[in-house]
Amino acid sequence: MSEAVIGTSEAAIGNGAAGPDKRAAIEVRAVEKRFGNVGIIRDLNLSVAQGERHAIIGPNGAGKSTTFNLISGHIKPTSGEVRLNGDLISGLQPFEINRRGLSRSFQVTNVFARMSVWENVRCAVLWATGHRYAFWKNVDSLPEVRERTAQILDDIHLTHRRDVPAGLLTYAEQRELEIGITIASGATVVMLDEPTAGMSNAETERAVALIRRLTEGKTLVIVEHDMSVVFGLADRISVLVYGHIIASGTPQEIRRDPKVKEAYLGEEAH
Amino acid sequence: MTTAATSTPKMKAAAGGHVRFYGIWLIGIAALLVLPMIFSSGGSLTSFSLIGIAIIFALSYNILLGQTGLLSFGHAVHYGLGGFAACHMMNAVVSHGWPIPLPFIPLFGGLGGLVFAIIIGWVMTKRAGTVFAMISLGIGELVASSSLILRSVFGGEAGITTDRTALPKMLGWSFGPQIQVYYLIAFWLVLSAIAMYALTRTPLGRICNAVRDNPERVQFIGYDPHVVRYLAFCFAGFFAGIAGGLAAINFEIANSAYLGAIQSGLVLFSSFIGGVAYFFGPILGAILVTYLQLGLTNVTGVWQLYFGIIFIGIVMFAPGGIAGLLMMHRPLVRAGTLWTVIPSYLVAIVPTVALACGVILTIETVARYSSGDPINLFGIAFNPTSPVTWIAAAVLVVGGSFVARLTWRRIAEAWDRAATVARDRGYLA
Amino acid sequence: MLELIVISTLNGVLFGMLLFLLSSGLTVIFSMMGVLNFAHASFYMLGAFFGFQLTKWIGFWPALVLAPLLVGAIGMAVERYGLRNTHKHGHVAELLLTFGLAFVIEEIVSMIWGKSPLDYRVPALLDFPAFTIFSTNYPAYKLFMLAVSITIFVALLVVLKRTRVGLIVQAALTHPHMVGHLGHNVGRVFMAVFGVGCALAGLAGVIAGPALVTQSDMAASLGPILFVVIVFGGLGSLPGAFIASLVIGLVQTFAVALDGSLASAFGPLDPSAGPSVLTDIWNVTIAQVAPIVPYMLLVLVLIVRPMGLMGTRES
Repeated sequence: MSEAVIGTSEAAIGNGAAGPDKRAAIEVRAVEKRFGNVGIIRDLNLSVAQGERHAIIGPNGAGKSTTFNLISGHIKPTSGEVRLNGDLISGLQPFEINRRGLSRSFQVTNVFARMSVWENVRCAVLWATGHRYAFWKNVDSLPEVRERTAQILDDIHLTHRRDVPAGLLTYAEQRELEIGITIASGATVVMLDEPTAGMSNAETERAVALIRRLTEGKTLVIVEHDMSVVFGLADRISVLVYGHIIASGTPQEIRRDPKVKEAYLGEEAH
Repeated sequence: MTTAATSTPKMKAAAGGHVRFYGIWLIGIAALLVLPMIFSSGGSLTSFSLIGIAIIFALSYNILLGQTGLLSFGHAVHYGLGGFAACHMMNAVVSHGWPIPLPFIPLFGGLGGLVFAIIIGWVMTKRAGTVFAMISLGIGELVASSSLILRSVFGGEAGITTDRTALPKMLGWSFGPQIQVYYLIAFWLVLSAIAMYALTRTPLGRICNAVRDNPERVQFIGYDPHVVRYLAFCFAGFFAGIAGGLAAINFEIANSAYLGAIQSGLVLFSSFIGGVAYFFGPILGAILVTYLQLGLTNVTGVWQLYFGIIFIGIVMFAPGGIAGLLMMHRPLVRAGTLWTVIPSYLVAIVPTVALACGVILTIETVARYSSGDPINLFGIAFNPTSPVTWIAAAVLVVGGSFVARLTWRRIAEAWDRAATVARDRGYLA
Repeated sequence: MLELIVISTLNGVLFGMLLFLLSSGLTVIFSMMGVLNFAHASFYMLGAFFGFQLTKWIGFWPALVLAPLLVGAIGMAVERYGLRNTHKHGHVAELLLTFGLAFVIEEIVSMIWGKSPLDYRVPALLDFPAFTIFSTNYPAYKLFMLAVSITIFVALLVVLKRTRVGLIVQAALTHPHMVGHLGHNVGRVFMAVFGVGCALAGLAGVIAGPALVTQSDMAASLGPILFVVIVFGGLGSLPGAFIASLVIGLVQTFAVALDGSLASAFGPLDPSAGPSVLTDIWNVTIAQVAPIVPYMLLVLVLIVRPMGLMGTRES
């Protein structure tokens, strides 16, 4: 096993732990993903503790988005298993995984372009508030849906843009909406795929403050290229290179790790 | 900021919106009631009846296309099965003496469409997009072909006939006269339209839109897109069945033409030409297409060709349909800049009409070349075999398109200016 | 019985090859451009009608060359001025454009040539029986059709596997975006592919016209079967389209040739049973069911194996 796990935070290992609090939020064990003969992900092992803020970094093409897709159910592992709060989720449909409390955002903005900002967030809220496929209720007259949607819009500072079609927002606003949709369902495990990609410094600072506030008390897994974001936000960092995690630990440990320096020649210039 | 404060302008705006919204519905209902009193000829009543049926059918189609993003080439199947269900039910009521008056029969039509949608829908909605479109085409052909084989249910080539006056009367009405049939159709039209609109305001309706926009994302907010599409499919089948049932009542017959590809194509045309992005779009489209169908059949033998050309034109240049074109002007209206664009519209009318006439002349010349029937355009009788007609057509097409393009460019420029002003005033997002 | 089997097999293979000529073009266009060309069968019909008209004016053999070229040119124009403009509105809009086009082409054809079948004759050079099997004369023209289909098939194979153009097309079949990134003029490639696909369909029409009926509803009757073929074979798969074409060609032909029914096999049902769905099914002949068989296959495939026989692409 090539994962260095012990850090300063409450790092709980999934196998054999007692009590629900000690189970890892996410546990990836020996996961492989092959497309035809090409192995994209090789022997991936990852453990994220409850309430931890975990960043995954790595060079381009290392397979970070694929890892996200494997955990969130978008694609199925060729072998190995993924567990959420101790329950096996590898092989389940994305919506089944989402209903168990895991939510993710996308690297390429993936909102409902023709619907307004308000409607986007409201759709994300509907399942969690128990309304499911109801066709006998008027959605405008559901107070808890309205309040929750308004609250989230307030949190992501987009209340003044609530009637704008999502496709017409600025890029940074769309990214913020993306984050809003992701946390709207009340998931306890939130995965963000390069949330600050393409943002200016000021926008990035705002986004990071937003993320920190919105994921208070939740487990966060974040893929990022911006090292200031990573080192400012993360409790632990894992480094993914060629589909394999070469190092995992606290930010200080990762900074000192020679394998990481080798993989990231020149990364310090960021 | 959405504070709980009730600022008066906001409340007034909200209340104004409500008045406008209910007002439109009330005007529509009033129009339905009053129409036959203004145009009371037999032909008009029949036209209104057919248009009413077409509106329900087109609205049901838009549950699939406009709201859930499902393009179906076989929607007539539910319409037809609704028609057959209604006919069989009517005949059964008469032969068994059940106390079910005619106004309840469309409900059984709806059930006919719904049952088939429930049976076949789960498999059909496994995939969306192009694959769903092809499956719908195949299923449509399958059912239409089967209808000629299963004679006991579908009556073979002749279809199943029925007598709508033989059912128990309701409120003293026998539904023999066309005007009574019209009011029955209008009643069901209002009911269905309200129901279908209400559906768009439910959680299911909102998620249907989400599935249309981004089925992948929908999974990550907890919904199974397959279930959403299946439910939408069932609702669409139900309302299409109601339309089919009303058609069966109107014509007192149901035959395999109800199920066929032409019927499926027509409802697709109606919805798309009207505009699938707005609830009222298919209503406009159904009115236009049915009206053209009834009106053009007498004037030209190739009316279907004109349909196809209009359809292609809409797909290429105005995929939002008529509703889309109209709503495009809303920001201009609100900003008060619409009047700046109107002059360029007016200028463009003459060359555009000339171009259209040239195209019509060309088509009709080809169509009537062998028969030699004269083409009556604006009171002038053109002889299809005479070179004068050909030259006139060529001049109109070439000259018309040249001048028309210039005027269209002017419209685009005027639009740009008006839209910029509107945006500056905050009326475009 | 043996005669029936042999003749039907020959006819079935012939029909299958014809279907492949059509479905190969459709598959390549779909794989490369993501457009399902609803009007593909209409180009087949145009080929037949152009072939008929040109044969009347300049003879069959020049028509055999000229008609597919004309159809191909029309196809290129459709791509350049129609599809390219609709591309930005999404796949649904493109599909609707080709749907409208199919409709319009059918109307124009019946407007110019009428709605009755045309007297499109087999050219005199080929109007003799090639051989006699048992008691039936098998026409030489059908062998000619088979020969042309096989030649085109082999040519397609060679072009795809052995030439540079073929390499680009193969690459674009699975990774259309990459082909653009590699510096090829994607617009011109698309136009050429669409044109060639339509030309193939037109060629199929020119040679099938004399043998099958040349009528303005040709496209409407063949179109749905074509879609069944490519769904059955798997969207985007040329080998799948080949197998599916042959299978459906054979199944259709045998179904039409066989004239049995449950009634003829097991005797009529008790007449007191009266008209019902059961009697309908009992008495229907296989030949009557033949037109529906492809659609039944379609439903079966979609239930059992939604990606078709050899499907690789999720749509």
